[in-house]
Amino acid sequence: MFETLLGALGFSAFSLKGFGPLLLEGAWMTVKLSLSSLALSVLLGLIGASAKLSSLKLLRLPAQLYTTLIRGVPDLVLMLLIFYSLQTWLTVLTVALGWEYIEINPFVAGIITLGFIYGAYFTETFRGAMLAVPRGQVEAATAYGLSRTQRFRFVMFPQMMRFALPGLGNNWMVILKATALVSIIGLADLVKAAQDAGKSTYQLFFFLVLAALTYLVITSLSNLVLRLLERRYAVGSREAVR
Amino acid sequence: MISLRKLYLIMLFALCTNAVSAKEYTTLRFGVDANYAPFESKAADGSLKGFDIDLGNAICAKLQAKCIWVESDFDGLIPGLKAGKFDGILSSMTVTPAREKAIDFSNELFSGFTSYVFKKGSGLSENAASLKGKTVGYFQGSIQEAYAKAVLDKAGVKTQSYQNQDQVYYDLVAGRLDASLQDTLQAQLGFISSPQGADYEISRSVESPYLPSKTAIGIAKDNAELKAVLDKTIRALHEDGTYDSIQKQHFGDLNLYSGK
Amino acid sequence: MIELLQEYWRPFFFSDGQQITGLAMTLWLLSASLFIGFIVSIPLSIARVSPRFYVRWPVQFYTYLFRGTPLYIQLLICYTGIYSLAAIRAQPALDAFFRDAMNCTILAFALNTCAYTTEIFAGAIRNIAHGEVEAAKAYGLSGWKLYAFVIMPSALRRSLPYYSNEVILMLHSTTVAFTATVPDILKVARDANSATFLTFQSFGIAALIYLAVTFALVGVFRIAERHWLAFLGPAH
Repeated sequence: MFETLLGALGFSAFSLKGFGPLLLEGAWMTVKLSLSSLALSVLLGLIGASAKLSSLKLLRLPAQLYTTLIRGVPDLVLMLLIFYSLQTWLTVLTVALGWEYIEINPFVAGIITLGFIYGAYFTETFRGAMLAVPRGQVEAATAYGLSRTQRFRFVMFPQMMRFALPGLGNNWMVILKATALVSIIGLADLVKAAQDAGKSTYQLFFFLVLAALTYLVITSLSNLVLRLLERRYAVGSREAVR
Repeated sequence: MISLRKLYLIMLFALCTNAVSAKEYTTLRFGVDANYAPFESKAADGSLKGFDIDLGNAICAKLQAKCIWVESDFDGLIPGLKAGKFDGILSSMTVTPAREKAIDFSNELFSGFTSYVFKKGSGLSENAASLKGKTVGYFQGSIQEAYAKAVLDKAGVKTQSYQNQDQVYYDLVAGRLDASLQDTLQAQLGFISSPQGADYEISRSVESPYLPSKTAIGIAKDNAELKAVLDKTIRALHEDGTYDSIQKQHFGDLNLYSGK
Repeated sequence: MIELLQEYWRPFFFSDGQQITGLAMTLWLLSASLFIGFIVSIPLSIARVSPRFYVRWPVQFYTYLFRGTPLYIQLLICYTGIYSLAAIRAQPALDAFFRDAMNCTILAFALNTCAYTTEIFAGAIRNIAHGEVEAAKAYGLSGWKLYAFVIMPSALRRSLPYYSNEVILMLHSTTVAFTATVPDILKVARDANSATFLTFQSFGIAALIYLAVTFALVGVFRIAERHWLAFLGPAH
């Protein structure tokens, strides 16, 4: 279908040469990986931020170590470290406990790796957002007799999201672009698909530009969604200057 | 009446022994880096094909086991084997002393030699002296890298390592490399015979203690059982002619098996 | 582990006997791309906030393009993609330029950091206190003098925290250089890994080196902030 469309536009030399399905699969893998890693890192970020702001030193110090180490080391180095070592560690663990061997497929390993790395970045984002919520709100909630979880769910979280959204959007963009690196650890994502297609057809430039444009489309769509979310969460507050 | 605690311990023990007892190989997982045609490569639809792939499938068929191919990049094969990601490495891995320190190998699967590829009429030869001042590319983590580091670097040759064999050929064609160093058959069938390789030729094979020729299946250390099973199966493949027919399919009259 | 360190400490830090590798190479890549990116981004950021759309729009498109695509793909296009075009190889000057891996890498990195830096500086210019500009105009400054003496110094100072972030991120991004055969720290780590199979140790050493450089950079920027943004902080 692509070929006829491109042919109609006069780009007969730029057909996808049958690699369309492979490229689509790669793009889908990229999106899947990004969304799953986002979910995991948001979860880790919320836990980390609560730990970093807690009064217990036992919780604060590991969280601080986590953010400092992870944000101080490049994500590619961490990816290589964790991805190759993850299976080894799991095997050591299962052997020590006497369990059957648990297999982690590369996709899950990629999610764990990326989620763990960007959980540190989200910890900082959520920490800043939590600090930005006026303390009076939390105090009033306690005065009303709300439990800790109710306080978080109904008072802290909605207000925190408004402050966290710009940081969240930023981190989402970073995760999206970081998933381009997973082809280096062997996962079959869009970049790998483009390289395979390009090398087989000797039209590497064309397929790489195509991959870049796909990323551009995904980031632009994300930008739109984020702007809509910002508008929804900013209801009730006024902005001085746009 | 056995106490509940003793019952749990007995169950746990039973589970452990089950995990350790002799394995009936109903599935066999092979690790492979599918970027090395004609030994292992990917077809346009994403399926694996190649000499190693066919041999592996034949081995599984003989054992009436299911073959699972786990893709990894070459550097990750030995760590992956040690971590238990797969049972064996079937990816044109040459047996070298350094690798034998980390893992075990089955008996020989086939033998291959190393040669250079350079442009026709460039006047280069496999003699390291003739390459002085030129740039040679190789695949990172391969035996060619060991040779390049030990011999070529000292002979004044500029060497560059690449993430996979395709990128080596790519830069060779682009002109960034004067020559590339890789397995002879891989060069012949994976590059010279393709349209891109029309202007290129293969040198004579390079002799060096750094370039052993025996290729085998990599097995985790102390897995003598799997080694015995694989050695037996490889012998069976030779005996009933399956090996020869697969070899003929890919390489015609060429014989890769040295029998050593 | 000890043999790993003994054999690879030199390549990790400065050289493997053949060329500059490791930390020296990473720092060279970082400084070269940051320097070029910084210099080029100053005029670009001024253009980015221009009221004339035909001045603003090309720069906007450039930053949109380079911030919306991964650096890895940009590097691949520069290194493998462009050189595959027959048109480039036909031209001797371009051919010689793109043949060298180092040129391609620094070009890709510089373009990328320039895009981000342009947006940072443009944002800072936009957020300048209106009073500063009014006062400058009242003094009779206009055109390039207005920019050179009032707007740019103020904008550059205020963007220091964001620029320091960008520098750290650039350091982290230099790790993809090894895919273009440039021998930086990560490449040495991969070589060590494939030679010794000590994955955790090889990459662990690389991680520690990057951590040390990151801390050093954070320290440098904190001193810079204390010096140049002293007027924003509380009086000490």
